[in-house]
Amino acid sequence: MGTEKLVFYLLSAILVFAAGMVVSVRNAVRAVLFLVLAFFSCAGLWLILEAEFLAIALVLVYVGAVMVLWLFVVMMLDVDRAELREGFGSHLPLGLAVTLLIVFEMVLVYGTGQLDTALARAPLPGAAGVSNVQAIAAVLYTDYAYPFEIAAVILLIGMVAAIGLTFRGARASKYISPSQQVHVSPRGRMHLRDLPRGDGSEDDSAKDG
Amino acid sequence: MEKLTLICLGVVLAPLAGALLAGLGGRLIGRSGAHVVTILGVAISFALSCYVFSLLMAGKATGGDYVLNTDLYTWLQSGPLKVSIGFLIDELTATMMLVVTFVSLMVHIYTIGYMHDDPGYQRFFSYISLFTFAMLMLVTANNFLQLFFGWEGVGLVSYLLIGFWYEKESAIFANLKAFLVNRVGDLGMILGIAAVLSLFGSLDFAAIFAKAPALTGETLQIWPGREWSALTVICVLLFIGAMAKSAQVPLHVWLPDSMEGPTPISALIHAATMVTAGIFLVARMSPLFELSETALNFVLFIGAVTAFFMGLLGLVQTDIKRVVAYSTLSQLGYMTVALGVSAYSAAIFHLGTHAFFKALLFLAAGSVIIGLHHEQDMRNMGGLWKRMPITALTAWIGTLALVGFPGFAGFYSKDAIIEAVAASSLPAAGFAHFAVLGGVFVTSLYSFRLLFLVFHGKSRVDHHAAEHLHESPLVVTGPLVLLAIPSLLIGAPLIGPMLVGDYFGKAIQILPQHATLAEFGEHFHGALAFALHGFTALPFWLMLAGAGTAAVFYLIKPHWPAVVSRRFSLVQYILERKYFFDDVNQTLFAGGLRGLGGLLWRVGDVALIDGLAVNGTARSVGRLAGALRHIQTGYLYHYAFAMIIGLAVLLGMIWYVSF
Amino acid sequence: MVTLTDYLVLGAILFALGMFGIFVNRKNMIILLMSVELLLLAVNMNFVAFSHFLHDIAGQVFVFFVLTVAAAESAIGLAIIVVLFRNRASINVQDLDHLKG
Repeated sequence: MGTEKLVFYLLSAILVFAAGMVVSVRNAVRAVLFLVLAFFSCAGLWLILEAEFLAIALVLVYVGAVMVLWLFVVMMLDVDRAELREGFGSHLPLGLAVTLLIVFEMVLVYGTGQLDTALARAPLPGAAGVSNVQAIAAVLYTDYAYPFEIAAVILLIGMVAAIGLTFRGARASKYISPSQQVHVSPRGRMHLRDLPRGDGSEDDSAKDG
Repeated sequence: MEKLTLICLGVVLAPLAGALLAGLGGRLIGRSGAHVVTILGVAISFALSCYVFSLLMAGKATGGDYVLNTDLYTWLQSGPLKVSIGFLIDELTATMMLVVTFVSLMVHIYTIGYMHDDPGYQRFFSYISLFTFAMLMLVTANNFLQLFFGWEGVGLVSYLLIGFWYEKESAIFANLKAFLVNRVGDLGMILGIAAVLSLFGSLDFAAIFAKAPALTGETLQIWPGREWSALTVICVLLFIGAMAKSAQVPLHVWLPDSMEGPTPISALIHAATMVTAGIFLVARMSPLFELSETALNFVLFIGAVTAFFMGLLGLVQTDIKRVVAYSTLSQLGYMTVALGVSAYSAAIFHLGTHAFFKALLFLAAGSVIIGLHHEQDMRNMGGLWKRMPITALTAWIGTLALVGFPGFAGFYSKDAIIEAVAASSLPAAGFAHFAVLGGVFVTSLYSFRLLFLVFHGKSRVDHHAAEHLHESPLVVTGPLVLLAIPSLLIGAPLIGPMLVGDYFGKAIQILPQHATLAEFGEHFHGALAFALHGFTALPFWLMLAGAGTAAVFYLIKPHWPAVVSRRFSLVQYILERKYFFDDVNQTLFAGGLRGLGGLLWRVGDVALIDGLAVNGTARSVGRLAGALRHIQTGYLYHYAFAMIIGLAVLLGMIWYVSF
Repeated sequence: MVTLTDYLVLGAILFALGMFGIFVNRKNMIILLMSVELLLLAVNMNFVAFSHFLHDIAGQVFVFFVLTVAAAESAIGLAIIVVLFRNRASINVQDLDHLKG
């Protein structure tokens, strides 16, 4: 039991430290890396809580895909270094005060351990011998099948939105649309203009035809 | 009775038809068509009125129920109140109908000559026929609402006619003044009618007169703490309406100004008919007035004041029509005095005789005016009898009737009034007696002054006008003669039946304690005896004194009037300013109301409502929005911070609630 | 023994750090989005902790979905940042005040 507590405090410390660094460092790349560290320690904590599937999913999907995407974007954006060097400024004390207040309030709500005794329950039947993945799967595809499908649709939307927002088309292409070419008319290509008669002394070179 | 109802409808509607045809006919009927149509209408009305009168007298002679009181048509029905259009034809109504239609007919004929050159010829005929219709509706009404319809109708047409020459600014001022002063009276009238409705529950005359004796004890509280006799309040309010219509002090101010209208209407409306509507109203309401001695006293006092003081004003006027106007005011005062002493039949008698000789005097004045090409200042007249003999003669007859020379119509009615006042026991009777006697002297003075200045003495006429001076055409002099005849003759045969006899029957009710005419009747031994007695009575001597004074001042020593007015300059000033009534009205009421209106406009409307409430609200909203705008900084982190603050507060609340 | 409260406190601290990051960070939009990820992480922590101590697998299923949505959301958020950078050449949060009233 002592080991569990030790591991918990160690991982929690790393987690909190990494989270603090995420919001404090000026360099965006470093911030992303600290976030990765935070996710890793969080995954460790979830392993302690016997949520193995989620822990692995966090590392594989979240860190592996989403954070990598983040790194791509951060490095793609050519941000002015000088701006990033400025500090927090005058708003730090106020933000800190409000944050601490919220933490304090939330902790107050939890009370002095009453939750633990109130919520102590016996384990579910059939909980032993069933792996975490099996347990999740048993529920996910039956009771939560509809939200599951919706989640799939959300991911589709995310993909479509991202492409729709950023895709500018192949700009370097010299592709000509055939239908456009066929529908060209002389009127779109040639214009006849009446030029005023001059007596030759004016400079007509500036006039556009 | 059915036949009688139809005839009455004919009497009332014939002038209306004439008015509509003349007014709307325009080029279709032309100028002569207009006067033909309207004169036909009024002539039919007059003929039918004579017929109704004869039927009534015949029915009275045979006894039984001869009074016509029918309802033709239900006008409105509201809960227990039912108002109909109907006719009440009794002796009083028949007399009024005769007077109104006869004088109207005379004026219609006269107008052919007088308004010959006027561009508004057809409009004028339409208006005077319309007036006849409204006046007939007034006198034949059998309920208050119909009477009020006629009341308002004559007021409206009077307004239209006073301002007939609407491009003249003084005419517009005069017609507005007439209408507004009448409105003040109408307020009293409406309040009176409402009081009648609340007390009696009905507007029908027959119902009201039947119920009146039983309700003498009823009281009203106008303001808390003081009980008034309900009947007194009603009578006083109705009389206030009559005061405006019949131009009693202080609501008399419109009548002199009404002379801005053409002379025919001065004769028709402001001498013979509209101004007598008030007198008619009080006479009709005799069952009510008899039950309230306070009201009778009030009527008496106002009438006496008007009779004497308005006569005084006639002495300083230079416009010929103004003299006759103030004379009308004074004579209306006499009629009101008669009403006050419960001599209702004397008042109606004087109303009738006055209609004739006053209309005659106005039309004579009109004849002089057109003879001199619209000259109205008496200082530019004189010695006209040589060139306008008929006008002069008829004017003399009218004047003799007016001043009450024994034998003429005016004498009988006026002296009867004076005797009735002497016999009255009301508190104001003493003052009234002095007023009517003094009035005799003053009336004589200004009347003969008019005669001497206009028709006699040295001619002060402008040379150019004097060349064209000739007697007026037959259409003008014809009515003059036709009106002179009754002024001369009608008094003697009528005084007996009207005043002493049972001429008015149940139309007029008098209580025994007010029976002043009964006392007069005791000393009455026939018209001839009365006339002979008149030569020795005080009024005759006062009249002679007045005539003599006028002769001295305006014939023998024409420079004396100027001397007197210099010596009594203060009196002259007060008289010329018409006792400051007009000044008070202009500055206090008109000016005050204009000032109040201006104040309410500038302060109330513009500053308070527009500036403060409406624009102020808009400005406050703008300012508030301008202040709140600064919360929208556009920065994401500010918005997020707002959310965080909200979360902190929410958590705090949850914690507070759960502990 | 590690109690539920310990995990909940940890979640609270992570949440607070995320909020702190949103408010305080004004220079870099990317950091702001990462703070949002931290918020989501804190919530997930709470879910898993409750799932473990209440012996109810539903908590973990919910985390599954939160993870999915968070992934989609960060993809779209980054796409927006890319487009923003293309147009404004800046990811400074202080420069984005076009909604200023």
